Amino acid sequence: MYKVLERRDLNENVAMLVIDAPFIAKKAQPGQFIIFRIDEQGERVPLTIADYDAEAGTVTIIFQKVGKSTVKLAELKVGESLLDFVGPLGKASHFGEDIKKAAVIGGGLGTAIAYPQAKKLHSLGVEVTAISGFRNKELIILEKEVGEVSDKLIITTDDGSNGNKGFVTTALEAEINAGEKFDLVIAIGPLIMMKFVSQLTKKYSIKTLVSMNPIMIDGTGMCGGCRVTVGGKTKFACIDGPDFDGHEIDFDEAMRRQNVYKAEENKSFEDHKCKVGLDGGNK
Amino acid sequence: MAKANMDPKKVAMPEQDAKKRARNFYEVTLGYTDEMAVEEATRCLECKTRPCVAGCPVNVQIPEFISLVKEGKFIEGYKKIAETNALPAVCGRVCPQEEQCEELCVRAIKHESVGIGRLERFVADYAIEHGEAEKIDIKKNGDMVAVIGSGPASLACAGDLAKLGYEVTIFEAFHTPGGVLKYGIPEFRLPKELVATEIDGLKRLGVEIKTNMVIGKVLTLDELKEMGYKALFVGTGAGLPKFMNVEGENLNGVFSANEFLTRINLMKAYEFPKYDTPLGQYKKVAVVGGGNVAMDAARSALRLGADHVYIVYRRSEVEMPARNEEIEHAKEEGIEMLLLNNPTKIIGTKEGWVDGMEVIKMELGEPDDSGRRRPVEVKGSEYILDVDAVVVAIGQSPNPLIKDTTEGLKTQSWGGIIVDEETGATNIEGVYAGGDAVTGAATVILAMGAGKISAVAIDEYIKLKK
Repeated sequence: MYKVLERRDLNENVAMLVIDAPFIAKKAQPGQFIIFRIDEQGERVPLTIADYDAEAGTVTIIFQKVGKSTVKLAELKVGESLLDFVGPLGKASHFGEDIKKAAVIGGGLGTAIAYPQAKKLHSLGVEVTAISGFRNKELIILEKEVGEVSDKLIITTDDGSNGNKGFVTTALEAEINAGEKFDLVIAIGPLIMMKFVSQLTKKYSIKTLVSMNPIMIDGTGMCGGCRVTVGGKTKFACIDGPDFDGHEIDFDEAMRRQNVYKAEENKSFEDHKCKVGLDGGNK
Repeated sequence: MAKANMDPKKVAMPEQDAKKRARNFYEVTLGYTDEMAVEEATRCLECKTRPCVAGCPVNVQIPEFISLVKEGKFIEGYKKIAETNALPAVCGRVCPQEEQCEELCVRAIKHESVGIGRLERFVADYAIEHGEAEKIDIKKNGDMVAVIGSGPASLACAGDLAKLGYEVTIFEAFHTPGGVLKYGIPEFRLPKELVATEIDGLKRLGVEIKTNMVIGKVLTLDELKEMGYKALFVGTGAGLPKFMNVEGENLNGVFSANEFLTRINLMKAYEFPKYDTPLGQYKKVAVVGGGNVAMDAARSALRLGADHVYIVYRRSEVEMPARNEEIEHAKEEGIEMLLLNNPTKIIGTKEGWVDGMEVIKMELGEPDDSGRRRPVEVKGSEYILDVDAVVVAIGQSPNPLIKDTTEGLKTQSWGGIIVDEETGATNIEGVYAGGDAVTGAATVILAMGAGKISAVAIDEYIKLKK
């Protein structure tokens, strides 16, 4: 069992948990992920590691409540435990040599996953421009944390409610046009956002890493459910990734594959909401 | 000795009716009654040469246990098997006895062999139902051994080492132990409760099992040694699925057999939504391949509610690697065998779901390296098979995680760990390996045999170091 040591709601949809997992904490690197399972009936769900502390023996996960498993995860209280928590899985991010200036882009929840990358790059002495995009200002997360590990932080909102209307791509292109020379762009967020960032950076020939989070079961190369087409070849996100060259990925296929279980997931989620309702009202 | 029962045929195995069982996940074969077991046991001639024993990779004392069954001493018969075999209820069900002990049985020269597998299963089930879990006192020698993976090779190795007094820890990547016995072989062939019971037997021997530990990632082999483990056994199986590399293989509705079976067996997708893991509803399913895994996937698809399930295999039935019993069971249940057929591409809808599979007919040519006649395409014979899901069951390669994270470990070009056949020793001192991680996908019992060989070698290695 893996105990919840801290929990916090970052916005109405996104929660953060700090989990007691000393073995994983000792080995975790930016870019790697864990798989959790809430209870005996639960699915195995992959989540990218948001932070880790080897000395304290803790791993932090930040996630959006999008279905039954993540809603149940968010319901855990400090002192309660998850049944299973396994990792660190996947390859650590490999930024490449001679990176002087990088743009680290997070879309929504992707900001949480991009945070350890920004932190690592910052610690390596790389000049980091962080760009985070959200639908509106209520959904902004980790502003302080990302601000601390970046030289410049730009936050955009789709509706302009924070006073800076636009998408992350608009902000990135503005930076490039203003003469910023990025050696590396890291883009993490919804597939559609990563696709558009990659299209933009391809135009400017800037190396771009994206983090894929496809459907998977074991996370060790066994099921092949997480296959993505990269440069025309099939790769397994769990063991070959999750980071890949954004210019090589077939994003349209990835978006399609993301929806394989949409109908079932919705059913599971609706059933869960009904049950919670019957148990005495949706808290 | 009483006069032997010279009936040319085995006592028939009771089975669930084919139509009924094709729609449920309960076990297909129901097992012998006490009377049936005694009757079958009397077919054994107890010959002095004991050829059957030579055919058993784990050296079960076959005539001895059958002799006890004849006398109605079922628990004693079980104990006789358990002396050398940690998983009798599993082996009695999934061993290919027809190629091992039963093939060498004297009775098989003219008629059907003695039903050794059926009797093994009988005593194991009997012992689980009637026996008392004994407290086993083993004097521990204080030496620690780590076993990586918890499939058949690892369980056999761990059991033998524990009996010798070693402090054995199994590290399993999944949330539950058993490896392929849990995620691969379906409930209707091998009930998961039995697997759990036999693993509990190992725990009673003092074997400790740590789940959720992906060795290579969370700890390396070197780190395990630093933690005090004097020897390591790698039994990480053949986990990496092969694909056909044809167009359309990443469409929605195309699965590796591993994914398909893991969702069903390990995650219990057949009980969705009670269990959270889904699989989807498919009506016409093609399973590509001719091994036991292909049969398991096809029969599972039927049980999940498919109207029509095809096995698409590029050779003829004679060349199928699956056990005859499995092929027969599949046919009885209504699986259609499309032999000498090979997929050329998978066709998708606009939205990216499987909408059919293009298949070409094959004919058999000259024998190839495997000694089987090589299938050759019949030009222009392509046709479209109307399916909405495709399961690819054409084999697995060894899991690469240990290889990729262990510097200097020698492996074959296809990923198998290279070992000394006599001992299972790898090129790294104190590191042994066996089972599918070494051979590529093979059988439960061969893996168990390899695990036992390494247990002996590990014992010798640790003693020599003292």
